[in-house]
Formats: sequence, C-alpha cells, structure tokens
Amino acid sequence: MSSGTVLHIDWTRCDGRGLCTELLPHRLGRDPWGYPLALDADSDPTNVPLAAADLDAARDAIRLCPMLALRLAHSTR
Amino acid sequence: MDEVLWAAGRAGGFVALALFTCTVLLGILNRSGRPVAGVPRFSLTLIHRNVSLLALVFLALHVGTLLLDPFAKLTLTDVVVPFLGHYRPFWQGLGTVALDLAIAVVLTSLLRHRLGYRAFRLVHWLSYALWPVAVAHGIGNGTDGFNGWFLGATVVAVVLVLAAVAWRLSAGFVESARLRQGSAS
Ligand code: SF4
Repeated sequence: MSSGTVLHIDWTRCDGRGLCTELLPHRLGRDPWGYPLALDADSDPTNVPLAAADLDAARDAIRLCPMLALRLAHSTR
Repeated sequence: MDEVLWAAGRAGGFVALALFTCTVLLGILNRSGRPVAGVPRFSLTLIHRNVSLLALVFLALHVGTLLLDPFAKLTLTDVVVPFLGHYRPFWQGLGTVALDLAIAVVLTSLLRHRLGYRAFRLVHWLSYALWPVAVAHGIGNGTDGFNGWFLGATVVAVVLVLAAVAWRLSAGFVESARLRQGSAS
C-alpha cells in the first residue's frame, strides 16, 4: 500500500512529455494533451501517492524528467 | 608510433563528429516527446545521454592523441584557447571552440538537477552552435576534409540535421501539438 511518499508534480514546469507516465504506468495515465494524470481518481493530482514498489521507478522519472518538474514529497494526508 | 597517433587522432575526430550528429538528432527527437519504433521516451533520453558521453570520449581521444603527435604541434593552450595554433589556426580554433562548448554542454547536463532548468537549457542551446562549428572544423582542419568519403558523410549529416531542425521548427513538432493548438484557439 501507500509508502507515505508522494510524487509531487510541479505543474508550472511540466510540459507533458510523458516520460513519467511510461515509468509509472500503474500510477499515471495521460490526459488528451499529454499531461500526467493520477490513475487513482481520488488521489491528489499534484501529489500522487506511491507504493514502496514504485519508488525506484519514481526516482528514475525524477532523474529523467526533461523539465525537472518532479520530486518526492511526504504525504500530508 | 607517430603514424598510429595520427591515424587515431583522425579517426577519433571522425567518430566524435558522427556521434555528435547522432546526439543532435536524438536530442531533437527527445524534444518532440515522441517514442519511436517501440522505443519508449525514457530510453531515447538515456540513449541521447549515453551517445553524448561516448562522443566526448572520442573527442578526448581525438585531442589527446593529437597533443602527443609531433606533427600536429598541438599545445595545452590550444586545447583551451582558440585560434593560436600553428597548423591552420582558424580551422583548428574552431575545433577548440567546439571542444569547449561540448565540455560546457555535457557538464551542465550532468549537473542540471543542481543548476536548475534555466541555466541548463541556456547552455544546452549552444549545441546548435557547437555542431556546425565542429563540422566546419572537420572540413577545414581535417586532412581528409575534401576527400570523397568524408565530404559525402558530411553532406549526409548536414542534410539530416537540417531536416531535423526544420521539423523542430514546424507547427506539428510536439507530440500533442494539434490538440494543444486546437484547445488554445
Ligand atoms: S516527465 Fe516531467 S515533463 Fe514529462 S509529463 Fe512527466 S512531469 Fe511532465
């Protein structure tokens, strides 16, 4: 279940290039414009909850995001 | 031994230029945000990075061997400061400019998480200056500059990069360009 860690998406930077969606296919889908969308409709779209098993892929996404729009944060709820 | 250094110096330069051409093309492809032939976007990003690093290795080989080569008479100053060389100083100077730019572009790429996006992107744009400078250096400075095969390879590379840049500047370049334009109007 949730690791207490979330993937924070900085919408002022994200350009919808889709790398994070490829690396976290169980957490993120894409909206019609290419921007990442939390698949769990109840979750906060800006702070996507991650399971422990997602953390490696999330770190890859943070490292590779061309816009430096991603970071890990701790869940606030 | 001198023959070997000279041959390695030339070959290193040629391979570095070919790899820099690939990395420019891959960079433009990355920027479009499209996966290609089943290769996902994050893999293309990694290939772009690794080809660049490999190009830098061959560039080091190119410069390193010619530093040792007694005929090229390259000095350490020539590696850093352009246009002071003995042999065709202008064309060699272009090589120095390309080398310095390549180091700047690669370093800022590796440190981009610390430098922040703006600084990274500003320096990364210099790639578009680096590449033609390196090509000019290859033709004007290289002893193979006007050989059929070298010129032929250069023409192919120039055509590919020009086509990629034209695509880059076209309206439908970004993956979801049409939707985004549609929603904006
Ligand atoms: S990888 Fe970065 S720019 Fe691309 S969609 Fe994800 S957050 Fe946005």
